[in-house]
Amino acid sequence: MADLFKLRVIAPDRNFYEGEVMMVEFTGTEGAMGIYKNHVPLTVILAPGILRIHEVNGVKRAALHAGFVEILPEQVTILAEVVEWPQEIDRKRAEEAKIRAERRLSGQSQETDTARAELALRRSLTRLGVTK
Amino acid sequence: MASMRDIKRRRESIQSTEQITKAMKLVSTVKLQKSRTKAETTKPYFNMMYETVRAMLEKSANMTHPYLTAGNSGKKAVVLITSNRGLAGGYNSNMIRLIAANGFTPEDTVIYAVGRKGKEGLLRKGFEVPKDYSEVINSPLYQDAAEITQDLLDAFQKGEICEIYLAYTSFKNTVVHIPKLLSLLPVKLEEREQSEQKAALTAPMNYEPNEESALNAIIPKYISSMVYGALMEAAASENGARMNAMDNATSNAEDMIAELSLQYNRARQGSITQELTEIIAGANAIE
Repeated sequence: MADLFKLRVIAPDRNFYEGEVMMVEFTGTEGAMGIYKNHVPLTVILAPGILRIHEVNGVKRAALHAGFVEILPEQVTILAEVVEWPQEIDRKRAEEAKIRAERRLSGQSQETDTARAELALRRSLTRLGVTK
Repeated sequence: MASMRDIKRRRESIQSTEQITKAMKLVSTVKLQKSRTKAETTKPYFNMMYETVRAMLEKSANMTHPYLTAGNSGKKAVVLITSNRGLAGGYNSNMIRLIAANGFTPEDTVIYAVGRKGKEGLLRKGFEVPKDYSEVINSPLYQDAAEITQDLLDAFQKGEICEIYLAYTSFKNTVVHIPKLLSLLPVKLEEREQSEQKAALTAPMNYEPNEESALNAIIPKYISSMVYGALMEAAASENGARMNAMDNATSNAEDMIAELSLQYNRARQGSITQELTEIIAGANAIE
Protein backbone atom coordinates (compact mmCIF):
# COMPACT_ATOMS: atom_id res chain seq x y z
CA MET A 1 0.00 0.00 0.00
CA ALA A 2 1.28 3.36 -0.96
CA ASP A 3 2.15 6.03 1.56
CA LEU A 4 -0.33 8.78 2.22
CA PHE A 5 0.22 12.44 1.50
CA LYS A 6 -1.79 15.57 2.08
CA LEU A 7 -4.03 16.83 -0.69
CA ARG A 8 -5.82 20.16 -0.69
CA VAL A 9 -8.19 21.30 -3.39
CA ILE A 10 -9.07 24.95 -3.00
CA ALA A 11 -11.59 26.84 -5.11
CA PRO A 12 -12.14 30.62 -4.87
CA ASP A 13 -15.42 30.23 -3.06
CA ARG A 14 -14.78 27.19 -0.89
CA ASN A 15 -12.36 24.66 0.48
CA PHE A 16 -13.27 21.88 -1.89
CA TYR A 17 -11.32 18.95 -0.45
CA GLU A 18 -8.71 18.38 2.22
CA GLY A 19 -7.36 15.05 3.37
CA GLU A 20 -4.77 12.28 3.31
CA VAL A 21 -4.73 10.42 0.01
CA MET A 22 -2.81 7.65 -1.72
CA MET A 23 -2.82 9.02 -5.21
CA VAL A 24 -4.35 11.84 -7.17
CA GLU A 25 -5.01 11.87 -10.92
CA PHE A 26 -5.72 14.89 -13.07
CA THR A 27 -5.23 16.23 -16.58
CA GLY A 28 -2.48 18.76 -17.18
CA THR A 29 -1.87 20.71 -20.38
CA GLU A 30 0.64 18.02 -21.37
CA GLY A 31 -1.59 15.06 -20.58
CA ALA A 32 -2.96 12.98 -17.73
CA MET A 33 -0.90 12.58 -14.59
CA GLY A 34 -1.04 10.44 -11.48
CA ILE A 35 0.83 11.67 -8.43
CA TYR A 36 2.09 9.55 -5.53
CA LYS A 37 3.96 10.65 -2.44
CA ASN A 38 7.51 12.03 -2.78
CA HIS A 39 7.04 13.44 -6.22
CA VAL A 40 9.63 15.92 -7.42
CA PRO A 41 8.49 19.53 -6.88
CA LEU A 42 6.42 20.46 -9.89
CA THR A 43 3.88 23.04 -10.91
CA VAL A 44 1.41 21.93 -13.54
CA ILE A 45 -1.16 23.97 -15.43
CA LEU A 46 -4.49 22.19 -15.60
CA ALA A 47 -6.59 21.37 -18.61
CA PRO A 48 -10.26 20.44 -18.22
CA GLY A 49 -10.42 16.87 -17.02
CA ILE A 50 -11.59 14.46 -14.39
CA LEU A 51 -9.96 14.67 -10.98
CA ARG A 52 -9.66 11.29 -9.26
CA ILE A 53 -8.80 11.29 -5.60
CA HIS A 54 -7.64 7.86 -4.42
CA GLU A 55 -8.38 7.65 -0.74
CA VAL A 56 -7.67 4.63 1.48
CA ASN A 57 -11.21 3.41 1.05
CA GLY A 58 -12.24 4.27 -2.44
CA VAL A 59 -11.96 6.81 -5.22
CA LYS A 60 -13.65 10.19 -5.36
CA ARG A 61 -14.26 11.86 -8.69
CA ALA A 62 -14.81 15.48 -9.57
CA ALA A 63 -14.82 17.68 -12.67
CA LEU A 64 -11.83 20.00 -12.67
CA HIS A 65 -11.85 22.72 -15.30
CA ALA A 66 -9.09 25.24 -14.76
CA GLY A 67 -6.35 26.17 -12.39
CA PHE A 68 -2.95 24.82 -11.48
CA VAL A 69 -1.36 22.25 -9.19
CA GLU A 70 1.59 22.72 -6.91
CA ILE A 71 3.24 19.39 -6.16
CA LEU A 72 5.67 19.07 -3.26
CA PRO A 73 6.98 15.77 -1.87
CA GLU A 74 4.69 15.80 1.17
CA GLN A 75 1.82 17.86 -0.08
CA VAL A 76 -0.16 18.56 -3.20
CA THR A 77 -2.23 21.70 -3.55
CA ILE A 78 -4.71 22.14 -6.37
CA LEU A 79 -5.77 25.74 -6.88
CA ALA A 80 -8.85 25.25 -8.98
CA GLU A 81 -10.81 28.04 -10.59
CA VAL A 82 -13.76 25.75 -11.21
CA VAL A 83 -14.24 22.35 -9.63
CA GLU A 84 -17.46 20.38 -9.11
CA TRP A 85 -18.55 17.16 -7.46
CA PRO A 86 -20.60 14.88 -9.74
CA GLN A 87 -23.79 15.55 -7.79
CA GLU A 88 -23.48 19.28 -8.43
CA ILE A 89 -23.50 18.87 -12.19
CA ASP A 90 -26.60 19.32 -14.24
CA ARG A 91 -26.27 16.52 -16.78
CA LYS A 92 -28.88 17.88 -19.13
CA ARG A 93 -27.23 21.27 -19.25
CA ALA A 94 -23.85 19.71 -19.92
CA GLU A 95 -25.30 17.69 -22.78
CA GLU A 96 -26.84 20.78 -24.31
CA ALA A 97 -23.55 22.61 -23.97
CA LYS A 98 -21.79 19.75 -25.69
CA ILE A 99 -24.19 19.86 -28.64
CA ARG A 100 -23.87 23.63 -28.88
CA ALA A 101 -20.09 23.46 -28.86
CA GLU A 102 -20.05 20.74 -31.50
CA ARG A 103 -22.34 22.75 -33.72
CA ARG A 104 -20.17 25.80 -33.36
CA LEU A 105 -17.09 23.81 -34.28
CA SER A 106 -18.67 22.19 -37.32
CA GLY A 107 -20.33 25.46 -38.37
CA GLN A 108 -16.98 26.82 -39.63
CA SER A 109 -18.27 30.36 -39.82
CA GLN A 110 -15.70 33.14 -39.80
CA GLU A 111 -16.47 34.59 -36.43
CA THR A 112 -16.43 31.30 -34.56
CA ASP A 113 -13.91 31.41 -31.75
CA THR A 114 -12.52 27.93 -32.30
CA ALA A 115 -10.38 27.84 -29.19
CA ARG A 116 -13.28 28.88 -27.02
CA ALA A 117 -15.66 26.39 -28.55
CA GLU A 118 -13.13 23.62 -28.11
CA LEU A 119 -12.67 24.55 -24.48
CA ALA A 120 -16.44 24.55 -23.99
CA LEU A 121 -16.64 21.13 -25.60
CA ARG A 122 -13.94 19.75 -23.35
CA ARG A 123 -15.64 21.20 -20.29
CA SER A 124 -18.95 19.62 -21.17
CA LEU A 125 -17.28 16.29 -21.94
CA THR A 126 -15.56 16.39 -18.56
CA ARG A 127 -18.84 17.08 -16.84
CA LEU A 128 -20.53 14.25 -18.67
CA GLY A 129 -17.62 11.92 -18.01
CA VAL A 130 -17.65 12.53 -14.30
CA THR A 131 -21.38 11.97 -13.89
CA LYS A 132 -21.40 8.75 -15.88
CA MET B 1 -36.25 79.83 24.15
CA ALA B 2 -37.72 77.86 21.28
CA SER B 3 -41.42 77.31 21.44
CA MET B 4 -42.85 74.02 22.62
CA ARG B 5 -44.21 73.20 19.22
CA ASP B 6 -40.86 73.72 17.50
CA ILE B 7 -39.08 71.47 19.94
CA LYS B 8 -41.70 68.79 19.57
CA ARG B 9 -41.53 68.91 15.80
CA ARG B 10 -37.74 68.69 15.87
CA ARG B 11 -37.84 65.75 18.25
CA GLU B 12 -40.27 63.86 16.08
CA SER B 13 -38.16 64.39 13.00
CA ILE B 14 -35.09 63.09 14.80
CA GLN B 15 -37.07 60.14 16.04
CA SER B 16 -37.98 59.12 12.53
CA THR B 17 -34.37 59.56 11.42
CA GLU B 18 -33.35 57.32 14.27
CA GLN B 19 -35.77 54.67 13.09
CA ILE B 20 -34.23 54.77 9.64
CA THR B 21 -30.66 54.56 10.88
CA LYS B 22 -31.62 51.75 13.21
CA ALA B 23 -33.17 49.80 10.36
CA MET B 24 -30.14 50.46 8.16
CA LYS B 25 -27.88 49.26 10.91
CA LEU B 26 -29.83 46.01 11.19
CA VAL B 27 -29.75 45.50 7.46
CA SER B 28 -26.01 46.04 7.25
CA THR B 29 -25.43 43.77 10.24
CA VAL B 30 -27.11 40.94 8.37
CA LYS B 31 -25.26 41.78 5.17
CA LEU B 32 -22.01 41.98 7.08
CA GLN B 33 -22.44 38.49 8.45
CA LYS B 34 -23.12 37.18 4.98
CA SER B 35 -20.24 38.93 3.26
CA ARG B 36 -17.95 38.12 6.13
CA THR B 37 -18.47 34.36 5.92
CA LYS B 38 -18.02 34.66 2.18
CA ALA B 39 -14.79 36.59 2.60
CA GLU B 40 -13.56 34.02 5.06
CA THR B 41 -14.19 31.11 2.72
CA THR B 42 -12.24 32.97 0.05
CA LYS B 43 -9.25 33.55 2.27
CA PRO B 44 -7.55 30.13 1.93
CA TYR B 45 -7.52 30.42 -1.86
CA PHE B 46 -6.35 34.02 -1.74
CA ASN B 47 -3.53 33.24 0.73
CA MET B 48 -2.50 30.04 -0.97
CA MET B 49 -2.32 31.76 -4.33
CA TYR B 50 -0.22 34.54 -2.87
CA GLU B 51 2.14 32.10 -1.18
CA THR B 52 2.48 29.92 -4.26
CA VAL B 53 3.25 32.77 -6.60
CA ARG B 54 5.71 34.27 -4.14
CA ALA B 55 7.43 30.91 -3.71
CA MET B 56 7.50 30.39 -7.45
CA LEU B 57 9.18 33.69 -8.09
CA GLU B 58 11.64 33.15 -5.27
CA LYS B 59 12.73 29.77 -6.55
CA SER B 60 13.28 31.06 -10.01
CA ALA B 61 14.75 34.43 -9.15
CA ASN B 62 16.57 35.22 -12.37
CA MET B 63 13.60 34.84 -14.63
CA THR B 64 12.79 37.52 -17.12
CA HIS B 65 9.24 37.80 -18.18
CA PRO B 66 7.11 40.71 -19.37
CA TYR B 67 4.91 40.36 -16.29
CA LEU B 68 7.88 40.78 -13.99
CA THR B 69 9.25 44.01 -15.42
CA ALA B 70 7.54 47.35 -15.59
CA GLY B 71 6.68 48.70 -18.98
CA ASN B 72 8.61 51.91 -19.53
CA SER B 73 5.86 53.80 -21.27
CA GLY B 74 2.29 54.38 -20.34
CA LYS B 75 0.37 55.16 -17.23
CA LYS B 76 -0.23 53.56 -13.90
CA ALA B 77 -3.52 51.80 -13.36
CA VAL B 78 -5.31 51.54 -10.05
CA VAL B 79 -8.17 49.17 -9.40
CA LEU B 80 -10.15 51.13 -6.85
CA ILE B 81 -12.78 49.27 -4.87
CA THR B 82 -15.40 51.40 -3.14
CA SER B 83 -19.14 51.13 -2.60
CA ASN B 84 -22.10 52.08 -4.73
CA ARG B 85 -23.98 53.67 -1.88
CA GLY B 86 -23.00 56.27 0.64
CA LEU B 87 -23.82 56.54 4.34
CA ALA B 88 -20.90 54.34 5.25
CA GLY B 89 -18.89 56.79 7.33
CA GLY B 90 -15.39 57.44 6.06
CA TYR B 91 -15.32 54.27 3.96
CA ASN B 92 -15.32 55.88 0.54
CA SER B 93 -13.49 59.08 1.36
CA ASN B 94 -10.69 57.10 2.97
CA MET B 95 -10.16 55.27 -0.30
CA ILE B 96 -10.08 58.49 -2.28
CA ARG B 97 -7.64 59.98 0.20
CA LEU B 98 -5.45 56.88 -0.10
CA ILE B 99 -5.11 57.46 -3.83
CA ALA B 100 -4.08 61.07 -3.35
CA ALA B 101 -1.72 60.27 -0.46
CA ASN B 102 0.30 57.77 -2.51
CA GLY B 103 1.26 60.24 -5.16
CA PHE B 104 -1.11 59.20 -7.92
CA THR B 105 -1.88 62.22 -10.05
CA PRO B 106 -4.56 62.61 -12.72
CA GLU B 107 -1.78 63.02 -15.32
CA ASP B 108 -0.19 59.61 -14.96
CA THR B 109 -2.93 57.44 -13.51
CA VAL B 110 -6.03 55.77 -14.85
CA ILE B 111 -8.64 54.31 -12.54
CA TYR B 112 -10.43 51.02 -13.02
CA ALA B 113 -13.34 51.71 -10.75
CA VAL B 114 -15.40 49.19 -8.87
CA GLY B 115 -18.01 51.14 -6.97
CA ARG B 116 -19.79 54.33 -7.97
CA LYS B 117 -18.68 56.49 -5.05
CA GLY B 118 -14.98 56.15 -5.67
CA LYS B 119 -15.46 56.68 -9.37
CA GLU B 120 -17.42 59.88 -8.88
CA GLY B 121 -14.97 61.19 -6.32
CA LEU B 122 -11.99 60.69 -8.57
CA LEU B 123 -13.71 61.93 -11.72
CA ARG B 124 -14.26 65.18 -9.85
CA LYS B 125 -10.54 65.34 -9.18
CA GLY B 126 -9.84 64.92 -12.87
CA PHE B 127 -8.81 61.28 -13.04
CA GLU B 128 -9.52 59.26 -16.13
CA VAL B 129 -11.81 56.27 -15.60
CA PRO B 130 -11.70 54.05 -18.69
CA LYS B 131 -13.63 51.18 -17.15
CA ASP B 132 -16.32 50.98 -14.56
CA TYR B 133 -17.45 47.74 -12.96
CA SER B 134 -19.74 49.24 -10.37
CA GLU B 135 -22.50 46.65 -10.56
CA VAL B 136 -19.98 44.00 -9.48
CA ILE B 137 -19.56 45.08 -5.87
CA ASN B 138 -23.10 44.15 -4.85
CA SER B 139 -22.40 40.45 -5.18
CA PRO B 140 -18.88 39.78 -6.46
CA LEU B 141 -18.33 36.60 -8.47
CA TYR B 142 -15.04 35.05 -9.41
CA GLN B 143 -16.05 35.54 -13.02
CA ASP B 144 -16.14 39.31 -12.50
CA ALA B 145 -12.64 39.34 -11.08
CA ALA B 146 -11.43 37.31 -14.05
CA GLU B 147 -13.03 39.83 -16.41
CA ILE B 148 -11.39 42.79 -14.71
CA THR B 149 -8.05 40.98 -14.84
CA GLN B 150 -8.47 40.27 -18.54
CA ASP B 151 -9.06 43.96 -19.26
CA LEU B 152 -6.05 44.94 -17.16
CA LEU B 153 -3.73 42.47 -18.81
CA ASP B 154 -4.90 43.46 -22.28
CA ALA B 155 -4.09 47.07 -21.53
CA PHE B 156 -0.77 46.03 -19.97
CA GLN B 157 0.24 44.06 -23.03
CA LYS B 158 -0.73 46.88 -25.35
CA GLY B 159 1.55 49.14 -23.34
CA GLU B 160 -1.24 51.49 -22.29
CA ILE B 161 -0.43 50.91 -18.66
CA CYS B 162 2.89 49.96 -17.12
CA GLU B 163 2.02 49.31 -13.49
CA ILE B 164 -1.08 47.92 -11.85
CA TYR B 165 -2.14 48.67 -8.30
CA LEU B 166 -5.04 47.45 -6.25
CA ALA B 167 -6.68 49.76 -3.71
CA TYR B 168 -9.24 48.27 -1.36
CA THR B 169 -10.33 48.26 2.24
CA SER B 170 -9.01 45.28 4.11
CA PHE B 171 -11.32 43.73 6.65
CA LYS B 172 -9.60 43.19 9.99
CA ASN B 173 -12.65 42.84 12.18
CA THR B 174 -16.06 44.40 12.52
CA VAL B 175 -14.74 47.77 13.66
CA VAL B 176 -11.27 47.92 12.10
CA HIS B 177 -10.97 48.30 8.34
CA ILE B 178 -7.69 49.35 6.83
CA PRO B 179 -7.38 51.05 3.45
CA LYS B 180 -4.73 49.12 1.56
CA LEU B 181 -2.74 49.64 -1.58
CA LEU B 182 -1.13 46.60 -3.20
CA SER B 183 1.11 46.46 -6.20
CA LEU B 184 -0.06 43.73 -8.60
CA LEU B 185 2.11 44.12 -11.65
CA PRO B 186 5.01 44.01 -12.10
CA VAL B 187 5.52 41.60 -9.24
CA LYS B 188 7.92 43.58 -7.06
CA LEU B 189 11.56 42.64 -6.58
CA GLU B 190 12.03 44.01 -3.05
CA GLU B 191 9.37 41.71 -1.71
CA ARG B 192 11.09 38.75 -3.29
CA GLU B 193 14.47 39.38 -1.72
CA GLN B 194 13.12 39.48 1.81
CA SER B 195 12.52 35.77 2.15
CA GLU B 196 15.48 34.54 0.18
CA GLN B 197 16.71 32.38 3.03
CA LYS B 198 13.56 30.39 3.18
CA ALA B 199 13.70 29.75 -0.53
CA ALA B 200 17.19 28.31 -0.34
CA LEU B 201 16.02 25.50 1.92
CA THR B 202 13.53 23.90 -0.44
CA ALA B 203 14.23 22.01 -3.63
CA PRO B 204 13.97 23.86 -6.93
CA MET B 205 10.55 23.86 -8.51
CA ASN B 206 9.99 22.36 -11.94
CA TYR B 207 7.33 23.51 -14.33
CA GLU B 208 5.21 21.78 -16.84
CA PRO B 209 5.09 22.59 -19.75
CA ASN B 210 7.85 25.16 -19.00
CA GLU B 211 8.50 28.15 -16.80
CA GLU B 212 7.42 30.79 -19.19
CA SER B 213 4.10 29.29 -20.16
CA ALA B 214 3.49 28.37 -16.52
CA LEU B 215 3.96 32.01 -15.56
CA ASN B 216 1.78 33.09 -18.46
CA ALA B 217 -1.01 30.94 -17.11
CA ILE B 218 -0.50 31.47 -13.40
CA ILE B 219 0.01 35.22 -13.16
CA PRO B 220 -3.42 36.09 -14.59
CA LYS B 221 -4.93 33.61 -12.14
CA TYR B 222 -2.90 35.22 -9.37
CA ILE B 223 -4.18 38.66 -10.26
CA SER B 224 -7.77 37.59 -10.58
CA SER B 225 -7.62 35.83 -7.25
CA MET B 226 -6.13 38.95 -5.66
CA VAL B 227 -8.88 41.06 -7.19
CA TYR B 228 -11.52 38.58 -6.11
CA GLY B 229 -10.19 38.45 -2.56
CA ALA B 230 -10.08 42.23 -2.46
CA LEU B 231 -13.66 42.45 -3.71
CA MET B 232 -14.83 40.10 -1.00
CA GLU B 233 -12.96 41.91 1.75
CA ALA B 234 -14.13 45.27 0.50
CA ALA B 235 -17.74 44.09 0.52
CA ALA B 236 -17.36 42.97 4.12
CA SER B 237 -15.62 46.22 5.07
CA GLU B 238 -18.31 48.28 3.41
CA ASN B 239 -21.03 46.65 5.43
CA GLY B 240 -18.94 46.87 8.56
CA ALA B 241 -18.29 50.55 7.97
CA ARG B 242 -21.94 51.21 7.31
CA MET B 243 -22.95 49.30 10.40
CA ASN B 244 -20.62 51.41 12.53
CA ALA B 245 -21.72 54.64 10.90
CA MET B 246 -25.37 53.79 11.45
CA ASP B 247 -24.67 52.70 15.00
CA ASN B 248 -23.07 56.06 15.71
CA ALA B 249 -25.91 57.87 13.99
CA THR B 250 -28.45 55.99 16.09
CA SER B 251 -26.72 56.79 19.35
CA ASN B 252 -26.29 60.42 18.33
CA ALA B 253 -29.98 60.56 17.56
CA GLU B 254 -30.73 59.07 20.97
CA ASP B 255 -28.60 61.72 22.65
CA MET B 256 -30.34 64.48 20.74
CA ILE B 257 -33.75 63.09 21.56
CA ALA B 258 -32.87 62.97 25.26
CA GLU B 259 -31.64 66.56 25.11
CA LEU B 260 -34.71 67.73 23.24
CA SER B 261 -37.07 65.86 25.58
CA LEU B 262 -35.49 67.65 28.49
CA GLN B 263 -35.88 71.01 26.75
CA TYR B 264 -39.43 70.18 25.82
CA ASN B 265 -40.40 69.25 29.37
CA ARG B 266 -38.72 72.37 30.67
CA ALA B 267 -40.61 74.49 28.19
CA ARG B 268 -43.86 72.74 29.08
CA GLN B 269 -43.32 73.31 32.78
CA GLY B 270 -42.31 76.89 32.08
CA SER B 271 -45.49 77.55 30.20
CA ILE B 272 -47.65 75.95 32.88
CA THR B 273 -45.96 78.03 35.56
CA GLN B 274 -46.46 81.10 33.47
CA GLU B 275 -50.15 80.35 32.95
CA LEU B 276 -50.61 79.77 36.66
CA THR B 277 -48.89 83.02 37.54
CA GLU B 278 -51.11 84.83 35.07
CA ILE B 279 -54.29 83.27 36.50
CA ILE B 280 -53.25 84.07 40.04
CA ALA B 281 -52.33 87.59 39.05
CA GLY B 282 -55.72 87.93 37.32
CA ALA B 283 -57.57 86.61 40.36
CA ASN B 284 -55.67 88.99 42.60
CA ALA B 285 -56.60 91.91 40.38
CA ILE B 286 -60.35 91.10 40.64
CA GLU B 287 -60.32 91.03 44.45
